[in-house]
Amino acid sequence: MNTSDISKELQDKVITASNKKTPLSIQGGATKSFYGRQTSAEILDTRDHQGIINYEPTELVITAHAGTKLSVIEQTLADNNQMLSFEPPAFGDAATIGGTIACNLSGPRRAYCGAARDYVLGTRLLNGKGEILSFGGEVMKNVAGYDVSRLVTGALGTLGVILDVSLKILPRPEAEITLAHQCTITEAFKKLNHWARSPLPISASCFTDAGMHIRLSGTEGTIKATKKIIGGDEINNSDHFWHSIKEQQHSFFNNDRNLWRLSVASNSKELSLNGKYLYEWAGALRWLLSDEPADKIYKMASSLGGHAILFRNQTANDNTFQPLPEALMKLHKNLKQSFDPYGILNPGRMYKDF
Amino acid sequence: MPHDPCTRPIDKSKLVSTLQSIVSKDAVLFEAEDLYPYECDGLSAYRKLPMLVVLPETIEQVQQILKHCHQENIPVVARGAGTGLSGGALPLEDGILLSLAKFNKILDINAEQRIARVQPGVRNLAISQAVDSHGLYYAPDPSSQIACTIGGNVAENSGGVHCLKYGLTVHNIQQLKIITIDGELLTIGASGLDSAGYDLLALMTGSEGMLAVIVEVSVKLLAKPERAQVILAAFDDVVKAGTAVGNIISAGIIPAGLEMMDKLAIKAAEDFVHAGYPTNAEAILLCELDGTNEEVSEHVLMVRKILNASGATEVRTAKDEDERILFWKGRKAAFPAVGRLAPDYYCMDGTIPRKRLPEVLKTMAELSREYNLPVANVFHAGDGNLHPLILYNANNEGELERTEEFGSKILELCIKVGGTITGEHGVGIEKINQMCVQFNALELTQFHAIKTAFDPLGLLNPGKAVPTLHRCAEFGAMHIHNGELPFPDLERF
Repeated sequence: MNTSDISKELQDKVITASNKKTPLSIQGGATKSFYGRQTSAEILDTRDHQGIINYEPTELVITAHAGTKLSVIEQTLADNNQMLSFEPPAFGDAATIGGTIACNLSGPRRAYCGAARDYVLGTRLLNGKGEILSFGGEVMKNVAGYDVSRLVTGALGTLGVILDVSLKILPRPEAEITLAHQCTITEAFKKLNHWARSPLPISASCFTDAGMHIRLSGTEGTIKATKKIIGGDEINNSDHFWHSIKEQQHSFFNNDRNLWRLSVASNSKELSLNGKYLYEWAGALRWLLSDEPADKIYKMASSLGGHAILFRNQTANDNTFQPLPEALMKLHKNLKQSFDPYGILNPGRMYKDF
Repeated sequence: MPHDPCTRPIDKSKLVSTLQSIVSKDAVLFEAEDLYPYECDGLSAYRKLPMLVVLPETIEQVQQILKHCHQENIPVVARGAGTGLSGGALPLEDGILLSLAKFNKILDINAEQRIARVQPGVRNLAISQAVDSHGLYYAPDPSSQIACTIGGNVAENSGGVHCLKYGLTVHNIQQLKIITIDGELLTIGASGLDSAGYDLLALMTGSEGMLAVIVEVSVKLLAKPERAQVILAAFDDVVKAGTAVGNIISAGIIPAGLEMMDKLAIKAAEDFVHAGYPTNAEAILLCELDGTNEEVSEHVLMVRKILNASGATEVRTAKDEDERILFWKGRKAAFPAVGRLAPDYYCMDGTIPRKRLPEVLKTMAELSREYNLPVANVFHAGDGNLHPLILYNANNEGELERTEEFGSKILELCIKVGGTITGEHGVGIEKINQMCVQFNALELTQFHAIKTAFDPLGLLNPGKAVPTLHRCAEFGAMHIHNGELPFPDLERF
């Protein structure tokens, strides 16, 4: 595969911006530009910094330039019967691996296999001074130095421009099926939390108006045996169903109210916020379509030991992410300062203050 | 101003009485005989007596102690069980050793949520024991799990033999309570699967006590697998054993554990615990498969086939649970077993891309001859984490120095082949010079900036984990990397 390395060009642009103290808005395929606070700045386009640099199926590692399309990576892995097991949503074919890691968004398998951040092994990045730095690497275990690679995962580009990323990959399961159960949400929670305490090969769970869906992944024999324990009706469009949840193409998401993402303790009771719900991750992730005021939603998420994100915003709102306690906000600002002293990388994308 | 021991002498007796007003009188140790137990951690080649030891038992006490140290510019080294192998808890003679040994309570077990909330001084194994009746366990299992504490595990991002499938500490914790040097108590992470803002949970994990003091840890618990089975395979060549590992993974199987031992390690372990290892083999692999009953049965058949096809001279599946435990006992006892072969041994911890194993083993054998020091290899083969054990006798003049030099050559070899100087033991004081080889001046400067974001005075565990550029310049004068002089912009002396 052709690769194109424009790190030098990107570096020059960051250095120029830091000299002039003018902000940059880092952008790959712009498929997640709706996510986070809306800001305006000169675009730093990473798409020409693309290509898979190293892929070793037996080492379970892939390294790619940030502008590599997610679809290219997923296809390459699929050709070798492997996958990104955090099942990242793309929200469009143009999605890049850099944007995927900068957002740390993970799909249905997350509750069972881990998030994007769990699979990041190393990064090469440009800090706000235009310095190219490498952290972590291509090996599974590496505790030399602070874990900067995971710190920049999900930092929405506010700490650095991700140039290259190395990810741990896993084999695709031999087989997968999805079982549908007709039950109430209370029954679903009870069952899901019960099953999670047994070593069952569950790889996704979801509760919608149509009831509960459970995906099983593993060897044929395991799935056959587990099906007997769990019960329910096997659906015949399993891949399509989970794709529609992950990419938010399911009819639930076709709505013009604000879409909130609440990440809470999995065994939290049903929330008293008005609106329509879709549940994933055995109850730990709750999508909410609601017109409730932001403050009320943040307060509720916080009372359940979690946090809320205004994921898709229909009205202007300054607080896209859960407000941080003062002392934590201070640490965030200090960290931002340590990577980007002139505040030029995606300022305001995560929080207004930095 | 960062902490500088020369700036102001600390009035020890005044400090003792201040600390005694925060904790109980007997929780401050300052007489030499009380300090000796704290003079080193698991890396006993480095020893230093702390100025004093304080053993708080409440979060408020830790807050007050740190606040005072911040105010008076006194360095602090936090310590758990002191089992670390890189000198991360080595005391400072002008600093306080903050022992978290009294934080030894399991605060809450939430079986439904599969989370245990524990104090940092709780032992790793004690967590799994406490949740066993719920059918749950805590996955990371460093060899020292009987003694090491969860707070230390977080500080070092500890691993174990099950990392390839179940991850390191960073993958298995959900929330921390930490206290920063100014005494502020912060909660990072959440009860859900992610949290708002930056991933400070990841940043704290493996930060070696440099950023804050951990006072509470919420760990994730997993359901115990229905069945576990272990296969032992012998090889007449270590390279064949290495290839077999790649072949298992290529087949789409992620074993729960995949360990390799070389001839010297096999022989030592066999003599020590009589695990039934084939002592004429050049290498053995231990491959543990876990999961549902059906999955394990299917995978055992596949793995046996792969091992035979990869040239194993013998493939044995443990016939029952007792034999499975016995197979593991040999591996788990490998360090003390090797320890019986010589008065001292030095344990290394590099990680390499697995495919580079043949050349790394070959170079290591050459170095072993050059330094005239035997080396036994114990290897987390699945994830490329090597534990070469160099055998030496510290009583022989100059042998420790030769061992350390041999060790640093091994670490630099790991970097050269695209690996790292430490997979799970941490940098501490031991590998601080090799950090200058693994990272350049800009990267080290970024690490220092992160440290400053948390601890602007540099009071938490100063001198560990991240070398100063001056130290690297001194070290670099001896070690030229890629023919270039490192840190050309620094003054030389």
